Amino acid sequence: MSFLDYFRSKKTSSASVAKERLQIIVAHERGQREQPDYLPQLQQELLEVIRKYVQISDDMIQVDVDRNDDCSVLELNVTLPEK
Amino acid sequence: MAKIIVVTSGKGGVGKTTTSASISTGLAKRGHKTVVIDFDVGLRNLDLIMNCERRVVYDFVNVIQGDATLNQALIKDKRVDTLYILPASQTREKEALTRDGVEKVINELSETFDYIVCDSPAGIEHGAQMALYYADEAVVVTNPEVSSVRDSDRILGILQSKSRRAEMGQDPVKEHLLLTRYNPERVERGEMLSVQDVEEILAIPLLGVIPESQVVLNASNQGLPVILEEQSDAGQAYDDAVARLLGEEREHRFMTAQKKGFFSRMFKGG
Repeated sequence: MSFLDYFRSKKTSSASVAKERLQIIVAHERGQREQPDYLPQLQQELLEVIRKYVQISDDMIQVDVDRNDDCSVLELNVTLPEK
Repeated sequence: MAKIIVVTSGKGGVGKTTTSASISTGLAKRGHKTVVIDFDVGLRNLDLIMNCERRVVYDFVNVIQGDATLNQALIKDKRVDTLYILPASQTREKEALTRDGVEKVINELSETFDYIVCDSPAGIEHGAQMALYYADEAVVVTNPEVSSVRDSDRILGILQSKSRRAEMGQDPVKEHLLLTRYNPERVERGEMLSVQDVEEILAIPLLGVIPESQVVLNASNQGLPVILEEQSDAGQAYDDAVARLLGEEREHRFMTAQKKGFFSRMFKGG
């Protein structure tokens, strides 16, 4: 088959596109699944507190929980707007 | 103690009922006393696939609500004498399936049956969660197609967090991947996800691959579980899957395209 393959177009197959898209979305959704249920609400409330002082948009705050063996770390990333 | 197997998928139309019918028939054919329960309240179809739709008198919800006994509701299969069907209710609302009600029925069935196969409705809502809650093992039916694979991963998450085994901190539900409607020719042409692709993404052990086959529609037209089409590729693939479910080692078949002749390959471009 390799001889015939040589003449075929080299564009990536739709199956490999499907696989790549799935790997990304499934990894993303698994990450969210492992987060505690209260996280979205926590994120919303933190956003409101920060907005009392600095105007930031919804996507400028990121809240994650990293679980290690013996403890969990709440990670809060806030991007402040340039002045 | 019966072993409880849920057949689930998240996505609809991938072959859950077809699979439930064939797996339960296969288990019963091997001499195990088996009951298959339709959890799709409001949209029952297992009765049609098993050719007993005209023999339904009482259903699952009748039993839960105490309007009928289990023996009144169970339908004995006419082909395999160790097989029974418990049909879903066609009229009641889904909430009629309560966790306690389902548990009561499953406990009673456990006393006399070896296997309880739960045919889940599509989706991830109440009915699907009830179907998987008491499961010891799960057959996750997946098509080699993006939405089905993604939904299978969702349902795996639910099995791992919302099943009784998960809630009680027991050993997890044993997961099996059953890839259905597989077309090896399209896989070779790069048009369809391969078995290896899906295994890699979902990361659960492969129970079997059921090839896309005209036999499946022909069998459902007649109310015949496709596993009883013993000469067909799909029927044999289901038989292999049941054997593996029971711990037998069987090599996977029907995963490669039939070799074409030189001329058809040249003129059809492979």
